[in-house]
Amino acid sequence: MTSPQPRIGVLRFPGACDDRDALWAFAALDAEAVFVWHTETELPDLDAVVLPGGFSYGDYLRCGAIARFAPAMAAVSEFASDGGLVLGICNGFQILCEAGLLPGVLRRNESLSFVCRDVPLIVERADTPFTTRCTEGELLTIPVKHGEGCWYADDALYEELVSRRQVVLRYAEPVNGSRADVAGVVNDRGNVMGLMPHPEHAVDPLLGSADGALILSSLVESARERALAAA
Amino acid sequence: MRATVLVRPKQGILDPQGQAVESSLRQLGFSVGDARVGRVVDLEVDSTDALTARAEVERMCEQLLANPLIESYEIELAEDEG
Repeated sequence: MTSPQPRIGVLRFPGACDDRDALWAFAALDAEAVFVWHTETELPDLDAVVLPGGFSYGDYLRCGAIARFAPAMAAVSEFASDGGLVLGICNGFQILCEAGLLPGVLRRNESLSFVCRDVPLIVERADTPFTTRCTEGELLTIPVKHGEGCWYADDALYEELVSRRQVVLRYAEPVNGSRADVAGVVNDRGNVMGLMPHPEHAVDPLLGSADGALILSSLVESARERALAAA
Repeated sequence: MRATVLVRPKQGILDPQGQAVESSLRQLGFSVGDARVGRVVDLEVDSTDALTARAEVERMCEQLLANPLIESYEIELAEDEG
């Protein structure tokens, strides 16, 4: 028996630019990926939702601050509170933080410069639905491209997150001034994750690294299991 | 009523923009320190009652105009002219 393809929705905001790459990457990883327009008030039948990178609503005010109020985001919040899997990449991470679905906030890079390069990442947790294909302590190479990726949480919040093991990825070297080099976090429940690096740009060795596929295929696998469990 | 919202990086939060502005000012020969860069939002609020208007703008700040993790805000209200 062939296992069914999980259905993954890629949200499209005006100003998104990595939505097609995300769609392509999930299709290459044996998932059925579909676009969801930001004005939709309900999500189609999905096994996971992805918020792709870009500059939603021009990044006006603060990155993600306007997008979090998009009609589709209310549906995403509901999907997440029902335990649905949600992954935010770059701008998607910023939106999830602004929406309060993930802890902390993404600020202007400490250097004030846009960073666009492959970065080394350390996997802190391999037991989330987004990292099952990785191993703890594994070093991944995935590109970043952002001007506002400096993740910040105050002392109290950061300590709380560390004690709950909510930090999933760290940069192995300073990249943007993020607190304790945090590159990706999950929510308390572990079903929502955000990261600044772009796994969808690293699914084929031809593009320099296929390490991003480890993260995306972890999500595809987790979504497939949920689809099977629900069937 | 006219409302002016001043949004600032919170005390103790690193402000690289402010630092860049400060170093540019120093290069121009100005003797300055502790520059911080924030944001100003001017609004026309329908309400004519100052208390109601202030409460409404406060809600705007909490929901959208400022991120309480990193920013503080101040609200100034002024009667419309004429």
